[in-house]
Amino acid sequence: MPHNATSSTPGGLNVAVLVSIGRHPLTARTRRADQDARAVEMALTLDGASVSLIHAGQQEREHEEALRGYLGMGIDTVNLIQQCPQADVVPALADALRQGAPQLVLSGARAETNEASGVLPYLLAEALGWPIITNLAAVEKVEQGMATVLQALPRGKRRRLRIRLPAIATVDSSAPAARQSAFGPARRGALEHLDAASDIDEALAAWQVQPARKRPKRLKIVKSSSARDRFKAAAAKADGGGGQTLTDVTPEQGAEAIFKLLKEEGVLR
Amino acid sequence: MSDLIRRDPRKEWIARNRLHPQHQDVLAEQGGGTKAFEWMGPNGVMRKNPHAVGFIGPNGVRRIDRSGAQQAAQTPGRSAETKDTRQRITIDQPAFMVAVVPDMAGGRLSSHDRDLLGLARQLADADPSQPGAVLAVVFGEHKETAFGEAGADRLLHLEGERFSGYLPELKVATLQGIEREVAPRFWLLPDSTLGGGELGRRLAARLGERPAAQVWQVENASASPTGWRCTARGAAGRDDIIRALPRVVLALAECADPVSETRHAAEPISLSQGLPDVLGRIEDLGEVAVDPASVSLAEAEFILSAGNGVKEWEGYHHAAEVLGATKGASRVAVDDGYMPRDRQVGATGTWVSARVYVAVGISGAIQHLQGIQSCEKVVAVNLDEGCDMVKRADLAVIGDASAVLAALVKRVEQYRAEQQENRNAA
Repeated sequence: MPHNATSSTPGGLNVAVLVSIGRHPLTARTRRADQDARAVEMALTLDGASVSLIHAGQQEREHEEALRGYLGMGIDTVNLIQQCPQADVVPALADALRQGAPQLVLSGARAETNEASGVLPYLLAEALGWPIITNLAAVEKVEQGMATVLQALPRGKRRRLRIRLPAIATVDSSAPAARQSAFGPARRGALEHLDAASDIDEALAAWQVQPARKRPKRLKIVKSSSARDRFKAAAAKADGGGGQTLTDVTPEQGAEAIFKLLKEEGVLR
Repeated sequence: MSDLIRRDPRKEWIARNRLHPQHQDVLAEQGGGTKAFEWMGPNGVMRKNPHAVGFIGPNGVRRIDRSGAQQAAQTPGRSAETKDTRQRITIDQPAFMVAVVPDMAGGRLSSHDRDLLGLARQLADADPSQPGAVLAVVFGEHKETAFGEAGADRLLHLEGERFSGYLPELKVATLQGIEREVAPRFWLLPDSTLGGGELGRRLAARLGERPAAQVWQVENASASPTGWRCTARGAAGRDDIIRALPRVVLALAECADPVSETRHAAEPISLSQGLPDVLGRIEDLGEVAVDPASVSLAEAEFILSAGNGVKEWEGYHHAAEVLGATKGASRVAVDDGYMPRDRQVGATGTWVSARVYVAVGISGAIQHLQGIQSCEKVVAVNLDEGCDMVKRADLAVIGDASAVLAALVKRVEQYRAEQQENRNAA
């Protein structure tokens, strides 16, 4: 449980959270990004951790509103690294992380605006030489420069990993939901501006961005020569195809066959 | 028996000649030993035996098929084995390679993996004068046998103890080794949450390539530097980004049609250099046991579902606990009050996506079958051999539900005990 996570590092665990500007899927208004907010939530539930938020972007009124959404979760300041709109933020963030030297860096798996390819944490990990893990579900304990964490797997399963710090971890929607943002703390919190050189991302100019087109649905293709086969395929009920039926068997034989299948599929533990 | 069809012109001639004394014998012989249904009567009139016409259909009703397929059905030796018409293609000297790293969820190629191999084929076969080869890179143990049918020309299988578990760093280092040795023109990976999506991003960061994520369309474009153009989803699915196809591609499902008309060699290859030694900074401590009852039905991997045929409910609940399965139920069981409403599987309940679905005493109403459409393996235990669930099932056991469940529980407990003994001995 994240609430019981204890840190034996003197002075507490130093956690940096990378936050971005989100965009509401229906109203298209700027907001705190959902996955980033979950990352902030996870950092806040770590016992005795000092949390710092880093955002690389522009200083705009709309963006400030979104960043104040993170401040409203109970954070005092957000470090805003000023970058121009077409900038590649990886070098600036890598510099900031190198200077801040946090032990754990959390971020959402994917942004909600622009390219949103989800590669940025990996590029940072590569630039800093730190390990990275995905789908963080909970931090169990941190001791002696190692963190024991749970990774969320599909189908509600969890995997326990031990990872050497400093490390980067990404959080996606399988992590616990973020707390509400309160208005008062959001007004009182401060945005600390930091200046950094911006590297212009030249590849962006060659790209063509348009509103998403609906993907064509794949048609069921029936390849056969005779009309009879095509008719049979169109009128057929769903069937397993090559299913095996055991009749006139004792319960033990039937159970043995089922057991064999369950073992082959690896669902028995 | 040889597959060659030998013609006997003399017999064919006799079969055409109704007045030939051996006509009946030859007809019977050609009909595969079945009864002749047409013959010449003593007065030169053609007589027919209507009882010998046609065949008995699956429901026990006599069917007369006039499409000509029946003739083939009467000669079982010839037509039972349908001939594989797919063209076999071998590429000995490929001009370039396209590498695909399939997810192999559950040890088999998923439909996403097949789509990706189809996309790789498109990229490799674009120029017939310089065909490329598709290389499939598979980590760990697998159960797949049809890599060639799925479109792989080369298969690099990295097996052994080292590749079991969660080892992203070792896998990336291995892929880097493949990059050095084979230098594929494109790297294609499925953009799935765990597996390809993660591995591909790691690989792209390591190789210093800018990947295209969430690609759903790839087209020929002479203007682009790689000769291809891709459309990728961006901004959480709200935008389409059209750009030149980069070297590392993370593609969505249904990005291309899977290979269906050709068969490929899937020739196994190996790396000439040894595998790299990687300092593991991430240690896999294994999966954590989760209570199967707490897993939501839609997410559950293994469901034991009960229906009207279950009479001993205590035995069923005990079996679910012993097997470690999530409990499900059919509508009847829920309506009768044996199971809670949130456990109902089907169109009016939950649509499940289990890998293994065991239906005990469920006959398979169409609403229920809809709910289990995306299940991979279905096991049915039922008294009625003709019910729809048995037709859908991959394995059906005809018998009393409670007896089979009790035997299954016994078998699993025995297996657990054996495992415990082995552990104690070790």
